[in-house]
Amino acid sequence: MVDAPVKFSIRAFHVRYGQFFALRDLHLDILANEIFTVIGPANSGKTTFLNSLNRLIDLVPASRCSGEIKLDDVDIRHGMEVEALRRKVGIVFALPLPLPLSIFENVVYGLRMQGIREPQRLAEAVERSLRESYLWEEVKDRLSTPAMNLSGGQQQRLCMARILAGQPDVLLFDEPTSGLDPISTARIEETMLVLKEKYTIVLVTNNVAQAARVGDRTAFFLMGDMIEASATSKMFTAPADKRTSDYITGKFG
Amino acid sequence: MHPRLTQKIAHAVLLLATLLVVLPVLIILAIIVGKGASAISWDFLFSMPRDGMTAGGIFPAILGTLYLVLGAIIFAVPLGVLAAVYLVEYSSDNWLSRLVKLSIVNLAGVPSVVYGLFGLGIFVTFFGFGASILSGSLTLGIMILPVIITSSREALESVPKHFRIVSLSLGASRWQTIRHSVLPHALPGILTGMILGLGRAAGETAPILFTVAAFYLPRLPQSIFDQTMALPYHLYVISTQVPGIAENVRYGTALVLLTLVLLLNLAAIILRSRFRRKKKW
Repeated sequence: MVDAPVKFSIRAFHVRYGQFFALRDLHLDILANEIFTVIGPANSGKTTFLNSLNRLIDLVPASRCSGEIKLDDVDIRHGMEVEALRRKVGIVFALPLPLPLSIFENVVYGLRMQGIREPQRLAEAVERSLRESYLWEEVKDRLSTPAMNLSGGQQQRLCMARILAGQPDVLLFDEPTSGLDPISTARIEETMLVLKEKYTIVLVTNNVAQAARVGDRTAFFLMGDMIEASATSKMFTAPADKRTSDYITGKFG
Repeated sequence: MHPRLTQKIAHAVLLLATLLVVLPVLIILAIIVGKGASAISWDFLFSMPRDGMTAGGIFPAILGTLYLVLGAIIFAVPLGVLAAVYLVEYSSDNWLSRLVKLSIVNLAGVPSVVYGLFGLGIFVTFFGFGASILSGSLTLGIMILPVIITSSREALESVPKHFRIVSLSLGASRWQTIRHSVLPHALPGILTGMILGLGRAAGETAPILFTVAAFYLPRLPQSIFDQTMALPYHLYVISTQVPGIAENVRYGTALVLLTLVLLLNLAAIILRSRFRRKKKW
């Protein structure tokens, strides 16, 4: 883990919504092929942090960012097109949000937007990405049916496949299992553990136990500050800050 | 008073009010159909007027109205939809977008005869299009712009926000997102507004009065720079300006116009209800 190259390098990064600081002076490296989990109570800046990594934060009209985020040593604000960044850094949202299209069309949406049309290439991408998200066997016979007909857990895995089809570098998960039952949750977590072989994963979760189960390293956010970040095992056995131990032992939050 | 009695009175009053709303519609329909149905024939719909409009058909008026409606739609729909897309998808809440929205509200409140005068001043005189299908269509187009912009805006705003976020998060550009994840879902609503505008354009008399409508033309219009007869104005002419026209011809003309507008509104209603049923988010 120590030798892994740095994927995201974040320096002196701030996010403001009007007068309100959602993130303050963040310094952090996220390493390639790790699962980096972020925990913290509501309004701690977790989702703001995640949305900063693929610039979805730009959609919030009142948001102002300062500081620097580099992906593979390239500044994500000034060094690349936002569309290219979002293809490299995919996001799975808290709720399964399939588009009102067929399963097939959901998976190839990003590819079509890149102008890829060859049926052969699209079909291959669909099978590969649905296999990667462990959905292929369940849906291979009904790819043309509406994605809305799938169960919640299936929809969330479809959303993962939709990102994987574009062959990204980084997967962002924003409380991806908050709306799912325990079995679906377990499947998503298993899938993440496999996917980190190929991708870098940043997981924001409300579920402290989930961070402990899948995280390589964990950061604790509180009111826009990152209180500490360390190896998950260390964080959960010997947190450096009292507020961290209070949170993970359930004293507040 | 006894609660049961007040309840009964309230019920009766409410029912009466509701019936009074329905009554005029039914009476108008009954009179027009009763007096006009006998005039409707193939010949009436598809032949030229004869003998100083006392005999023959109303084909030029029907055709003229269709031309005008078509022209208004060709002009107003692209403009209105694009403006709505800009207002909903691109503009932030600044003084310009507020000004535009305010203008649209005001445009909707302008009496139709004012549109007629406006069309006369701008299109007929200033641009020199003369009294022509072009001038009339443009005038009607401006009149129905607010309907089209407002319904398009509502349709665009009813598309869930997360469609846009998901599409953008998958690397689509802003325009691709609008083109592939917003417009297709707003289309039925936009079409509904378009048809409502169409019905309004078909029925109005004042805007075409000074800009295109002809009292009587012996031939069909040959180009968009020709004048044309139109149903609402023709109805006005044969009802008040020309003596000796059979009652069933006048009511028959009204029936044709009414049927045209009702059919358009019906199409809008059907489209909207199908859209609601299909909606799954």
